[in-house]
Amino acid sequence: MNQQAKKNQWYLELVQKLTPKSELGKCLLRSFWVGGVICFLGQCLLMTGTGPMILSREDAAAFTSIVLVFLASLLTGVGVYDRIGKYAGGGSIVPITGFANSIVSCAMEYRREGLVMGVGARLFQIAGPVLVYGIGSSVVIGLIAWVVEVL
Amino acid sequence: MWSFFWTFLKAFVVGGLLCAIGELLILKTRLTSARILVGYVTAGAILGAVGVWQPLADWAGAGATVPLLGFGNTLAQGALRAVKNRGILGAFTGGVEATAAGITAAIFFGYLMAILFKPKMKAE
Repeated sequence: MNQQAKKNQWYLELVQKLTPKSELGKCLLRSFWVGGVICFLGQCLLMTGTGPMILSREDAAAFTSIVLVFLASLLTGVGVYDRIGKYAGGGSIVPITGFANSIVSCAMEYRREGLVMGVGARLFQIAGPVLVYGIGSSVVIGLIAWVVEVL
Repeated sequence: MWSFFWTFLKAFVVGGLLCAIGELLILKTRLTSARILVGYVTAGAILGAVGVWQPLADWAGAGATVPLLGFGNTLAQGALRAVKNRGILGAFTGGVEATAAGITAAIFFGYLMAILFKPKMKAE
């Protein structure tokens, strides 16, 4: 009896020790492979751009962004991207497709508030801060580079 | 054949790792996805400006350019190049010029899809 209780306790401790870690590992693995697949798809598009479409590297990168953003917007519209997001977490947020997803899902959500203050404004609920900080840092970087060049 | 395969493997692994780091930040720090996106873009711009990201982007291809860090890097590279060509005016034009395709596509398709589709009932 005593031995059984000991065994139980040992088992519970083991469960406690293992559960959060493996949960974390599972989440990370899911993010890794879904994010990896999105980037793999990006690589396919990039090489379609530089290969058969004979684009420059930069144009191919632009083409890749446009197609990925289009696909993510469409998948968000039909409700598939959110399901991917539930499964993959960071794997669906960090790529540029996550940026597109944030735009569509916010805009859709507030559509009943109208086309201007609903869709038009809420489009930027998450994209706005991203653009503010992204473009803001690019200006600061440009100014620093200019000062360095002048000095 | 092997180098072809290797190109895709690099994109998959590097992109996957960057996404897993994002997931780790979300789980460990409870940052919202908006903060993650802002953090990634800003970090990408800084890493791009100090010259770390472009070599990685050349090596890993889409693995380094598709995550938002790459978006930040493109902003920074655009600003740096424009400053070289046009002086201080470039600081204000370069970033958006370089990322115009992605930003415009996101706004245009985002608006279009938000108009075309109705939000699904949240599956709780």
